Amino acid sequence: MRLTAEEKKILRGEQGRAVQEALQLQLEVGKFFGAKRFVPVSNVHMMGDIEVMGDAGKSFLERAAQSGAKCRQPTTTNARCIDFAHVEHLKQDANEARKEKELIACLRRMDVITADTCINYQTLYQPHLGEHVAWGDTGTVIYANSVFGARSNFEAGPAALAAGLTGRVPEYGFHLDEHRRGTFQVNLKADLNDLADWGAIGKIVGSGHQDYYAVPVFSGVKRTPTADELKQLGAALASYGSMGMFHMVGVTPEAPTLKAAFGGRKPKEVMTVSNRDLERVYAGYDKQNNPLNLVVFSGPQQSLFEMKTLAALLKGRRVAKGSQLFITTSNGVKSAAKELGYLHDIEQSGAVVLEGVCFYILQNLPQMRVREGWSNLVTNSAKLANIIGAHKFNTILRRTGECIDIACTGKDVR
Amino acid sequence: MNKPAKADKTIRVTRAFGNIVEGEALVSTEGFSPRYDLDRWSGLISRPGHALEGHNIKDKILITPSAKGGIAAGWAFYDIQHKGISPKAFVFGVTNPVMVQGAVFAGITITEGWSADPYQLIRTGDIVRVNPAKRTLTLVRRASR
Repeated sequence: MRLTAEEKKILRGEQGRAVQEALQLQLEVGKFFGAKRFVPVSNVHMMGDIEVMGDAGKSFLERAAQSGAKCRQPTTTNARCIDFAHVEHLKQDANEARKEKELIACLRRMDVITADTCINYQTLYQPHLGEHVAWGDTGTVIYANSVFGARSNFEAGPAALAAGLTGRVPEYGFHLDEHRRGTFQVNLKADLNDLADWGAIGKIVGSGHQDYYAVPVFSGVKRTPTADELKQLGAALASYGSMGMFHMVGVTPEAPTLKAAFGGRKPKEVMTVSNRDLERVYAGYDKQNNPLNLVVFSGPQQSLFEMKTLAALLKGRRVAKGSQLFITTSNGVKSAAKELGYLHDIEQSGAVVLEGVCFYILQNLPQMRVREGWSNLVTNSAKLANIIGAHKFNTILRRTGECIDIACTGKDVR
Repeated sequence: MNKPAKADKTIRVTRAFGNIVEGEALVSTEGFSPRYDLDRWSGLISRPGHALEGHNIKDKILITPSAKGGIAAGWAFYDIQHKGISPKAFVFGVTNPVMVQGAVFAGITITEGWSADPYQLIRTGDIVRVNPAKRTLTLVRRASR
């Protein structure tokens, strides 16, 4: 890779060991992918919590913080594994909660903004067309690339932290024009009336194309989708397909026309998604004769608009006896939802709103599942339905209203 | 049993990082994510229905066609390496940056892309060698069956 004078200095250790090691990591990754140079980034979003990092990752971070290393670009954190107000209620490990607090302190010493949200693109920072950023959480990256036209690769925890420390990333993948063009076309014929439908599209398209560099171009969309709908679509594409970018003709900034989205190339494939395909997704889940006693809205965290919808659906209703309903959101959204009265209506129903976390990374979740007698997990998030499998949940994707009905009755009308 | 010629025992990989490693192959027809599929305390593939459900990745050379989402792999590889349950290498058909960043950070050998279908040559239990500098994946010997 071509290195600037400053990068050579960093590699010689002239700016401290932590920055030197960070650039060495980025250099190896850049070499792997054939990057020719580094590009500066203006914003960094990283995942770093005790459930994900483990003791080894925490020790690494403590060493870096102790060396006095600081992030040189605004760096925010993704959802974490503990909401400290709910440690006792969820019977989470007090020792792990202590470590999580130490970890947060460590990150703050390094000038990391511990915002603890996976919807930073809705609540914290909206990069502009062509802006290079280094974001972690695949859902944030696909949103940045696709909806904003910003440029980021998936930057995993240590890689995002490295970007924060060096202020740059190796230029490969979605930083380059050649990887941002569409590779195949998806003609949308389905009526997409619920957030779960958008996630189901992501499941259908992503499952069949597990490739980081596969870039679907959606055509035929019947109306302008909302940010929350694009959030569910992107999160599911990234989750099922490991994809980092999509286009939607007439909606996303690099797809004013179908031709522009493909950048002069021909689609390798054209597929169509119809209502029947969506119904097939919903019909593919089976409760396996176990109770429907857990409903979760999470992965990604809920926006204020989603909180408003959930409040309206839950107003005057009660979560069924023996059932539990969890909703996760950010500190900022929860505060606003409280002010607006949404939180009151949600909590009156017996639902639990967790802040700053994502359900699937909750500390102690496998033990919680066994203790609470959970087998099925019902959700309107196709991403959550996919990723929680390692914790041995049987997941069921349902539309938002159906999820609420299941939470309040324990029954699935399908 | 007919032995394949030496040249037939080596597959070229497209990209690679890490040290030369040799070990038992664990061959998956399904993609892999340390977050979605793996019990990160035991090293067992725990996702119900995964092609390798019940297999342990510890000290294996994991050959898998693709990477699945999951940004947390970056820390997960470092975590499992310090817990002593990491594989010796990841051999991906197609991967994503998370896997590469995680493997580089943890110092685990990783490759992407192959010149020929490894599923025709290598089966779970066979001993294989990964040489990142030469960008090769070689069948050293067949598992005793």
